[in-house]
Amino acid sequence: MSADSGAITRAEVAHLARLARLAVNDQELDVFADQLDVILGAVARVGEVAADDIPPTSHAVPLSNVFRPDERRAGLTQEQALSGAPAAEEGRFRVPQILGEEE
Amino acid sequence: MSAPASTPGLVDYDEVVERFDPVLGIEVHVELNTNTKMFCGCPTDFGAEPNTQVCPVCLGLPGALPVVNRAAVESAIRIGLALNCSIAPWGRFARKNYFYPDMPKNFQTSQYDEPIAVNGWLDVELDDGEVVRVEIERAHMEEDTGKSLHVGGATGRIHGAEYSLLDYNRAGVPLIEIVTKMIPGTRERAPEVARAYVTALRDLLRSLGVSDVRMDQGSMRADVNLSLSPRDSGVLGTRTETKNVNSLRSVERAVRYEMTRQAGVLLDGGPVVQETRHFEEASGTTRPGRRKETAEDYRYFPEPDLVPIAPSQEWVEELRGTLPELPWERRKRVKAEWDLSDEELRDLVNAGALDLIAATVAEGAPSGEARSWWVSYLAQQANTRGVELAALPISPADVARVIELVASGELTNKLARQVVDGVLAGEGAPDDVVKARGLAVVSDDGALITAVDEALAGQPDVAQKIRDGKVQAAGAIVGAVMKATKGQADAKRVRELVLERVNA
Ligand SMILES: [Zn+2]
Repeated sequence: MSADSGAITRAEVAHLARLARLAVNDQELDVFADQLDVILGAVARVGEVAADDIPPTSHAVPLSNVFRPDERRAGLTQEQALSGAPAAEEGRFRVPQILGEEE
Repeated sequence: MSAPASTPGLVDYDEVVERFDPVLGIEVHVELNTNTKMFCGCPTDFGAEPNTQVCPVCLGLPGALPVVNRAAVESAIRIGLALNCSIAPWGRFARKNYFYPDMPKNFQTSQYDEPIAVNGWLDVELDDGEVVRVEIERAHMEEDTGKSLHVGGATGRIHGAEYSLLDYNRAGVPLIEIVTKMIPGTRERAPEVARAYVTALRDLLRSLGVSDVRMDQGSMRADVNLSLSPRDSGVLGTRTETKNVNSLRSVERAVRYEMTRQAGVLLDGGPVVQETRHFEEASGTTRPGRRKETAEDYRYFPEPDLVPIAPSQEWVEELRGTLPELPWERRKRVKAEWDLSDEELRDLVNAGALDLIAATVAEGAPSGEARSWWVSYLAQQANTRGVELAALPISPADVARVIELVASGELTNKLARQVVDGVLAGEGAPDDVVKARGLAVVSDDGALITAVDEALAGQPDVAQKIRDGKVQAAGAIVGAVMKATKGQADAKRVRELVLERVNA
């Protein structure tokens, strides 16, 4: 698959990395740009077989209006909820310092 | 607190209005008062212990699948209809992706380019009776985020914090975002228009019964967008979005402050930065937050775990049939029924009393008494507490009951105020307060006669005066009886008994 259908640039990878608050070095930018290119190229092949008269779809099953009644169901206890968390404090999930955000 | 206008960089408000046209835009987020969350059966109660109203769906655990709450969709459609919007016949949810831990899924399920309601309007009445039509761009469904607590650092803000603690009870609570189109041409009244719009929207949502609309508890939140155009140029300026605006008064202050701040930046030759700003309640100023990520950065895409919502015409019409009398309809009716002048009506509306009075009347109270309670005694109480009338912890039904107790002679006006004090103090419903405080009128003649006889015996000279025909002297005896019964007797009946017993 050629990368002619809009190759991912290093600048785009750097931008995505910034949104994800990931520190990515120059060498990794190249690696990820190549890898993302391959992934997008593979997905883009769908566009080659879809004719103009086929509308884009977001779901495999042609259903709509699947609802549940507004009734409460038992969820998890606080202990259960926090049981998989790497760190917890005062009944809350503890997460590392949030970077690059101001509330 | 120094006056913001004197701070360097801010421009005097009159000068701002002379040189610039403000363009407003307001986004209001309202939490629905459904029993359960948007996509799972977890409760939505305010103030529960952290992480006790969570499940695999709203914690974003692997394999958990969301299912849409039908009641939330119905509320969204009813809100859209009340705002004169068209209801979209088909629409999907989308994932809004971002890296911030307030959503454990790492995305927020929202509606992006297919909102459920579009193109409506809301007529907003200003303090002097002028009506401004605010165009509504859209109302869409989404879910609320969790609450974060930033630990370490002096300010409790993210900046300087060492780590953060997350409570996901609120994550997934149904949220409707209502977005106005740009509101131009408001000139010096921009701050007032902004407040009046949020007020009108709050009243509307309250009458629909879809939300608690408590700005102090965050169930209704306003973001204010503002830009300045050079006066009469029609050239749009760069806008800022001010968040954390948590009261009606703050809406007005935030707009006013941003006008003076942006004018300062522009007159200084600088560009206004497109950014999110935070309103500081204490100082009435805004401070910069993050630079806005563009919609592209959120990488919206259709939510694959949910199927589209396609409200049928019949369903929409059925919901239209459930719309209650809306605030402006009620105002029109009440004005006619109570025979109010424009000014009287406006005073009641501005005091936030009209809907409360109407609700009290709906509970069976005569309109005169209902008005009197809300605009005098209760208004004073609200004023003393520094809260809005509607935020007083007393319901129209409570007030109607107090009025009923006075009408039936079980309470005097004075006792009624004590009962209301008890309700406001959280002692329960009026009947509970009457019982607990022992406030019922002493209507038992036997007990009163004893008290009257004692008072007469205690003041024989006064008793003689009354017997000699000086009826006005009876006041002293009535006073003594009222004192002895701690004010719980009906003074009129006491007077009758005094005149009767003095010759007994
Ligand atoms: Zn849940």
